[in-house]
Amino acid sequence: MSAHETMNLKLIVWRQAGPNQPGRFETYEAKNITPHHSFLEMLDVVNEDLIKAGQEPIAFDHDCREGICGMCSAVVNGVPHGGQQRTTLCQLHMRKFKDGDAIYLEPWRARAFPILRDLVVDRSALDKLIQTAGFVSCHTGGVPDGNAVLVGKPQADYAMDAAECIGCGACVAACPNSAAMLFAGAKVSQLAELPQGQVEAPQRVAAMVQAMADNGFGNCSNHYECEAACPKGIKVKFIARMNREFIKALALEKVGAVNTARLKSE
Amino acid sequence: MRLLSDSIGRKAVMAVTGLMMVLFVVMHLLGNMTIFAGANGINTYAEKLHALGPLVWVTRVVMLVAVLAHLVISIQITLENEAANPTKYAVDRALRATFASKSMIWTGLLLAVFIGYHLLHFTIRALPGMVLGTDALGRFDVYAMVTDAFHKASIALAYVVGMVALYLHLSHGVQSLFQTLGLSNDKLQPAYGAGGKVLSTIFLIGYGSIPVLILLALAGK
Ligand code: HEM
Ligand code: FES
Repeated sequence: MSAHETMNLKLIVWRQAGPNQPGRFETYEAKNITPHHSFLEMLDVVNEDLIKAGQEPIAFDHDCREGICGMCSAVVNGVPHGGQQRTTLCQLHMRKFKDGDAIYLEPWRARAFPILRDLVVDRSALDKLIQTAGFVSCHTGGVPDGNAVLVGKPQADYAMDAAECIGCGACVAACPNSAAMLFAGAKVSQLAELPQGQVEAPQRVAAMVQAMADNGFGNCSNHYECEAACPKGIKVKFIARMNREFIKALALEKVGAVNTARLKSE
Repeated sequence: MRLLSDSIGRKAVMAVTGLMMVLFVVMHLLGNMTIFAGANGINTYAEKLHALGPLVWVTRVVMLVAVLAHLVISIQITLENEAANPTKYAVDRALRATFASKSMIWTGLLLAVFIGYHLLHFTIRALPGMVLGTDALGRFDVYAMVTDAFHKASIALAYVVGMVALYLHLSHGVQSLFQTLGLSNDKLQPAYGAGGKVLSTIFLIGYGSIPVLILLALAGK
């Protein structure tokens, strides 16, 4: 498609005025969309038309629009972020669609993520997991001197792969059980792999598993939908790692070697 | 931390009890294959097995506890998962989940019914119209009991349905248990997946062949 060609699409969008309000699908026309529009820019175009027509624009989350902040979030034709591998919705471009396509747009759906408005959901349950269990409570000080804290290259790479999570919540949105195991597993694995995090690994995994239940997330059935939907390519090996850390911590606690009740944020 | 209430604790119990049942199913298949050696084959096997006495009873009790634990936790977990995800998407598109992975509770419940029926049938031998005799050597005639049963198409079909449920359950379940127990990573996971499919296919063909071949009168005459 050349740069000047434009397309028209049909959007079927979940509209909901506020939390606990009834919602419904509404159909809109996205007109004069170029292949170079990002998905969110396409929504901007639609919203400008809606505003001109005196209608309420479609509310959607976004911030950086460059695939790093994790704010954008919508389920496009049944797939969080639209299904292009390792791509956030803001980095999905309209060249992936063709003239006349019908696109279903739905918010992340999970008990843990109440809808605030239209496609905007409250993802603070993920923040709660981090506040409860996603930290180290030793003082790490400023940036350490080079080679002062030795971390092997494979360990550093592993921790970085886990730390790539941008917290968008697509894993929860994709999970048939609305489990947060990929998000939580990535954090537990990242910290358990590094010297600063190893000390509290048993307490952390215990607190994390409790926090997932307390915040309304489901259990893992190993469908691996999360890995397929993750825009950052976080792997389910981090879930296996969290399972391993949990079983290890449980065993250590049963023999009286650790007390997992203690994980303090200072 | 609690094994029987934390999410991962309960999943670990499901994985361990699942593994125990898989191992039982392997042994049971090896034993059942003696039926293809004819009446002397399976009747000898059955007599030797029962001669183990207390060992048989310990296995039965352990397996019963495992099945019940697996069953109770699976229902609990499935209900929790349903509650955690009450609103479904209008467009339901799975990227990696499979028919087998999404129907675990249904294939599982079918297996529960099958296990109950199978125990009443060949273990407790309490179903009406069964052939319960002894063979020429005065041993209980397992062979006659089984071949008589599978000459009825409805019974043969019930067993095949049970084995299809087992196939589906384990084609997802086997790799899943290794992931749950934390024994997986990117390299091992595809191997567990392939291994699980091979094992469940062996179960389907191995167990399924008994009622099918007997019904078609290719064996057991
Ligand atoms: C008694 C009836 C049964 C029921 C109701 C049942 C139910 C279930 C359910 C619902 C799951 C998935 C749990 C989840 O979503 O996380 C599961 C997993 C599993 N089941 Fe069963 N099941 C039964 C019998 C069996 C049998 C007979 C076997 C083996 C021969 C078996 C082996 C497994 C395995 C290996 C898993 C994977 C465990 C994991 O995810 O870690 N199940 N079962
Ligand atoms: S808007 Fe920041 S990642 Fe999409």
